[in-house]
Amino acid sequence: MSDSLYQEIILDHYKHPHGRGLREPFGGEAHHVNPTCGDEITIRVALDGSTITDVSYDGQGCSISQASASVLHELLTGRTVDDAFAVERTFVELMQGKGQIEPDEDVLGDGIAFAGVAKYPARVKCALLSWMAFKDATARAMAGPVTVEEDAR
Amino acid sequence: MSAPHSPLDVDRVRKDFPILERRLAGDHPLVYLDSANTSQKPTAVLDTLAEHYSRHNANVARAVHQLGEESTAAYEGARDKLAVLIKAPSRDEIIFTKNASEALNLVAHTLASGMADDPRFRLGPGDEIVVTEMEHHSNIVPWQLAAKRTGAAFRWFGLTDDGRLDLSTIGELINERTKIVSLVHQSNSLGTVNDVATVVARAREVGALVLLDGSQSVPHQPIDVTELGVDLLAFTGHKMVGPTGIGVLWGRRDVLDALPPFLGGGEMIETVEMTGSTFAPIPHKFEAGTPPIAQAIGLGAAVDYLTGIGLDRIHAHEQALTAYALEKLNAVDGVRIIGPNSTESRGGTVSFVVDGIHPHDVGQLLDERGVAVRVGHHCARPVCVRYGIPATTRASFYLYTTFDEIDALAAGLDQVKRFFG
Ligand SMILES: Cc1ncc(COP(=O)(O)O)c(C=O)c1O
Repeated sequence: MSDSLYQEIILDHYKHPHGRGLREPFGGEAHHVNPTCGDEITIRVALDGSTITDVSYDGQGCSISQASASVLHELLTGRTVDDAFAVERTFVELMQGKGQIEPDEDVLGDGIAFAGVAKYPARVKCALLSWMAFKDATARAMAGPVTVEEDAR
Repeated sequence: MSAPHSPLDVDRVRKDFPILERRLAGDHPLVYLDSANTSQKPTAVLDTLAEHYSRHNANVARAVHQLGEESTAAYEGARDKLAVLIKAPSRDEIIFTKNASEALNLVAHTLASGMADDPRFRLGPGDEIVVTEMEHHSNIVPWQLAAKRTGAAFRWFGLTDDGRLDLSTIGELINERTKIVSLVHQSNSLGTVNDVATVVARAREVGALVLLDGSQSVPHQPIDVTELGVDLLAFTGHKMVGPTGIGVLWGRRDVLDALPPFLGGGEMIETVEMTGSTFAPIPHKFEAGTPPIAQAIGLGAAVDYLTGIGLDRIHAHEQALTAYALEKLNAVDGVRIIGPNSTESRGGTVSFVVDGIHPHDVGQLLDERGVAVRVGHHCARPVCVRYGIPATTRASFYLYTTFDEIDALAAGLDQVKRFFG
């Protein structure tokens, strides 16, 4: 059951999330919610120059939104900001591809498990929630001193 | 537990709803448990819509030709049917709107406009608006806007832990400053049927208006507006086996007469001059422009269909379904009902959470078995906030719902738990 949506990899990340919990220090933080279902995520990004030294997060929501945050943590920690944004763009493209895009495992790692989610328009937002928050948090981290802001998206 | 007795021949009822024969992906039969969201439509309503467009289509109230007369007669005939349905003292008190939201907005907007002659119908600083924490967003946001525009205070009844209105503060909450109390009859998220009589009695003492949101009650039980004692009642056609695009505002004649017009346009006027206009009497005063003609006529057919079966029998059927569903759901380990956990003063809409599994995931997996439920906050987010949960899964029933479908829901939940366990 649920072959295309609930891949084993997604369930693994959901049941055993990687890097979960908000950590200090961090350069920028963003809180995003999905108003239609109440999923929420807080993401913190720590930078050392242009390198992302940590992505920490906490939130509540469905398996897709929470597993996606775990995959994001794993994929983007340790990368340069430019690199991370390139991965982010590839993931967003995959999610907006209506299930027609063949995912590239070299770029997306475990993120390829979300390819099936792209076929469920109602769930795409769940998968993208943490990625959108990550973008905001990183932009804030690059902008300078710690800012904590609430976003309702 | 064996299926209890229902006064309805549900197998026969189901034959009237062609969509219920649909099979979904994986060849699963449709188990439609989302009627609180929108109901399915019987052939009688679908045929009426087709018949109107294929044989009688014309604009209403502005044509002398035969089609125009037929169309007008059918449209006004629908108004008669709705008046009978809710036992309105006069057919003129039935205002067609596009949905319940528009009906609620009509009242909030006209009270906030400050254009009424009688100060009872003008909101301003020092006045108070009272709603409840279990309202649909359609009965919260228009009042927040009205409060913002006028400087009136926006207040609300809280909820008890078991999903009822907390009426303990009613004496203070509804007071001499209260201009209007707007509350839901049956909650779309909790299923609670509210004690309207107590609220009306207190509102009478202080001279406040009472607007009842009947979106979830008018489709499911006999309604008598005089017996309820409210001043205004809003409901929506698509939840009562009618088409989308049509709703109703009923109001006592003196109240509707006192309210200023809402939208301006054709049909709502008496005479128009460049220096000013006068307005038609109710109901047309509130029906600017070409109305949803086919939809109103379709709603009339829906009323015929429901009354043909009998709203008392529909209600009894749903009570039996609700008792069965509560028993079944309570028996699933880890399921917690959000709302009253008995059939007393509650309708056939049951929200619940499954321990450790997000409603989105519950709904998705149920859908893969053909079981259609709603997940989320059901446009009543304050309810979720009140009970400290992000969302719920909601199963809602109607005259075509079977006991087998509730079994399918319970079996689906067992599988959801195994999947995420
Ligand atoms: C209690 C209640 N009020 C108002 C509404 C709004 O109805 P509509 O969307 O048809 O305007 C709904 C349904 O969504 C409802 O359940």
